[in-house]
Amino acid sequence: MASDLTTANPNPDFKEEVREFFSEGIPENWRTRLRAGLRLEPDELIAYQKKLAARGWGAPTWPKEYGGTGWGPQQLYTFWREAANAYAPNQFHQGLELIGPIIFSYGSDEQKKKFLPPILNGDHWWCQGYSEPGAGSDLASLRTRADRDGDFYVLNGQKTWTSYAHVATHVFVLARTSTEAKRQQGISLFLIDMTSPGLSIRPIRTMDEKHHTNELFIDNVRVPAENLVGEEGRGWEYGKVLLDRERMVTASTAIFLQQTVAAVRDAASRRKIGSSLLIDRPVFASKLAQFEIEVRALQIMVRRLMADAARGAQSGPRGSMVKLRWSQLLQAGTALWVEALGPEASHFRALTGSPLDEDMPYALQGALYSRVTSIYGGTSEIQHNIIARRALGL
Amino acid sequence: MDFLFSDEQDMLFQSADRFGQERFACLGRAELLSDPEQAELGRLWHDMAELGWLMLTIDEAAGGIGAGSGEVMALMQAMGKHLIPSAYVATCILVPALLKGDEDAAQTVLAKIGDGSAKASGAFFEADSGYHLHHVQLEAVRKGDTYVLNGQKCHVEDGADADWFVVSARTSGASSERLGISLFLVPKDAPGLEVEKFRAIDGHRHAKLHLREVTNAVLIGEQDNAIANIESAVALANCAHLAEASGSMRAAADLTLEYLKTREQFGQPIGKFQVLQHRMVDMMMGCEEAESMVFDAAQLADRAEPIDPLAVCAAKVRVGQCGLYVTQQAVQLHGGIGFSDEIIVSHHLRRQMMLNLAYGSIDHYRSVYAEGQ
Ligand SMILES: Cc1cc2nc3c(=O)[nH]c(=O)nc-3n(C[C@H](O)[C@H](O)[C@H](O)COP(=O)(O)OP(=O)(O)OC[C@H]3O[C@@H](n4cnc5c(N)ncnc54)[C@H](O)[C@@H]3O)c2cc1C
Repeated sequence: MASDLTTANPNPDFKEEVREFFSEGIPENWRTRLRAGLRLEPDELIAYQKKLAARGWGAPTWPKEYGGTGWGPQQLYTFWREAANAYAPNQFHQGLELIGPIIFSYGSDEQKKKFLPPILNGDHWWCQGYSEPGAGSDLASLRTRADRDGDFYVLNGQKTWTSYAHVATHVFVLARTSTEAKRQQGISLFLIDMTSPGLSIRPIRTMDEKHHTNELFIDNVRVPAENLVGEEGRGWEYGKVLLDRERMVTASTAIFLQQTVAAVRDAASRRKIGSSLLIDRPVFASKLAQFEIEVRALQIMVRRLMADAARGAQSGPRGSMVKLRWSQLLQAGTALWVEALGPEASHFRALTGSPLDEDMPYALQGALYSRVTSIYGGTSEIQHNIIARRALGL
Repeated sequence: MDFLFSDEQDMLFQSADRFGQERFACLGRAELLSDPEQAELGRLWHDMAELGWLMLTIDEAAGGIGAGSGEVMALMQAMGKHLIPSAYVATCILVPALLKGDEDAAQTVLAKIGDGSAKASGAFFEADSGYHLHHVQLEAVRKGDTYVLNGQKCHVEDGADADWFVVSARTSGASSERLGISLFLVPKDAPGLEVEKFRAIDGHRHAKLHLREVTNAVLIGEQDNAIANIESAVALANCAHLAEASGSMRAAADLTLEYLKTREQFGQPIGKFQVLQHRMVDMMMGCEEAESMVFDAAQLADRAEPIDPLAVCAAKVRVGQCGLYVTQQAVQLHGGIGFSDEIIVSHHLRRQMMLNLAYGSIDHYRSVYAEGQ
């Protein structure tokens, strides 16, 4: 095997260093939400980002010249693994993994100086303004337009599903700067301050009863021309790099699935049915084993994906494969967890101030939230299309 | 029944369907459910009483209609279609089936259920009972003319707004013996009874009971011999829930089919994509399978009492699985909008998830089936 990612413990010193970092300062009350695959609250994620930044680890995946760690895949894997073990969260990705890399790949020097450091140190929170009511899977049909007006672009349109727009300081937006060429060619990428006049949001209520996403209305928003990324009309290309990275992020997310395994195990170890524990009942034990085996298999796939990266090789469809399996397993794992809770699993909110089961409401909220993981970031159907087209030539 | 509704059953379905459509549109659903006063839901309950639905399964001798399972199925399918979150199954199916005796207290409660002035639920499950109805530790000790009840019930389906609880208690025997279980009727304000209330993700409101030296309890039926009565009443409640599940999954599937024809991506209706066509077919097959089992269960319930427990187990497993599959895929095929509160499909998924837990999960019933074979 070419990569040392296949060996169990390649660099004990680094591992120790990371382990020590995580040994303190991770609040206990994050645990259940993380196990449920739920995001922490923005202030908690910002605090975590700042803690990492103070240690020089604010951007694990970035090159050193932009303030990243310069870690290779081996170290990244160790880092995520230890973070998962310590019940630390995955870092919020829209700045770090989506727009950050675009800015350091295609942005101007000015943009790099202005926007990269605050992503690292948690002072800016970015949200992604891509999807529109009529443009979801078919993103290239987006209609938000940007018209040049002197040193400005004037943007008009509507975005939707703009997650965390209600806390974000900035949004990156794909908008049409020309309607003449092929659909994809007329699209440009803009960096926009959320305080710009003409931007407004409306929360979207979702079935997990957690406010994380919004509609974003763009009404004559004036964006300085210097906030165009790269060249006019090439935003789609940059956007495609983003979508690919979104799948890489999923690789790290998959590592965190072991937290859900532990959650199911704990719940089943607490729950008694008659005189035996649920975890000792063969039917349940075997279902849990099946889940754990599949999580294990996915993590090995992730290691392979990262070994590709270590060799500088293309991963082909492996990113899409990991995204697909991750969402399936989060759905299966949270469902199993809810099942382990028994009759009280339906007690989602107390109406009389009583205590809830210790996993509630997060186990169930996670089970609800998990349904969207096969929809956002490219639906499962679209992932299948990508694999069929790119890898299988169908 | 021949897998068709009779004319009367069809009329009942039509009238419940209209009721749901007029009174329970998705829009404003969240407000309606979150109102702590439950004002609009209270009015709905009152109107359901006027329509006679609340006394549907109550025996004619007790002043009810004494309708059969086909009527229940028709009504419940419409309730599932419109996701009317009421305590109907607990109050109007389960409890009347439990209160078959001629005790005065039972007759009073049934009369109040029938005219809409009281709700009730059955309290069976305990912390360590799993979904086994015979695992009862809550204790009732006879003292002179009364019983003293001590113990807990960890989950009472639709029990938060109940005025009465029909509680299973151990009057003799060891904690999971079938013999030695009795039923007691306990009013919600009985001294020593504490009712904790919870809301579920589907708007239903459940309870947890703590009984400490409760004496205000009336024995229902024969002492020590209640388990068969409890099991057959729960089987009927399950059948009603399954009919609700089939109505709900059919509604979610129909909406999805409509959406596949209207939502366009890549310049065409998404229903043109073959993978979605096949998925949609699988969803329709799920509905078909579930409805068939629900019809069959209703027929069996009318033919013999108690209904064949294996038939109910099988239906619980398969209808539950179909309901989850269909509504999960309904959300998936709607894309992002399927995950939002504003479109009813996400509510159907939430209800299916909860229906699956009501009176026992798929795994529980599959194990019971395996043991009963
Ligand atoms: C909670 C949440 C958060 C989100 N956050 C963000 C965000 O921060 N920023 C952002 O820009 N977007 C975000 N999204 C949007 C997300 O990326 C889109 O929902 C997703 O791309 C799907 O688009 P759609 O919802 O329009 O579904 P549609 O594209 O309308 O899809 C509907 C159904 O059709 C299927 N389908 C579509 N095309 C095909 C095809 N060619 N072949 C087979 N099947 C097909 C889909 O798989 C799906 O099942 C978020 C969405 C949600 C729900």
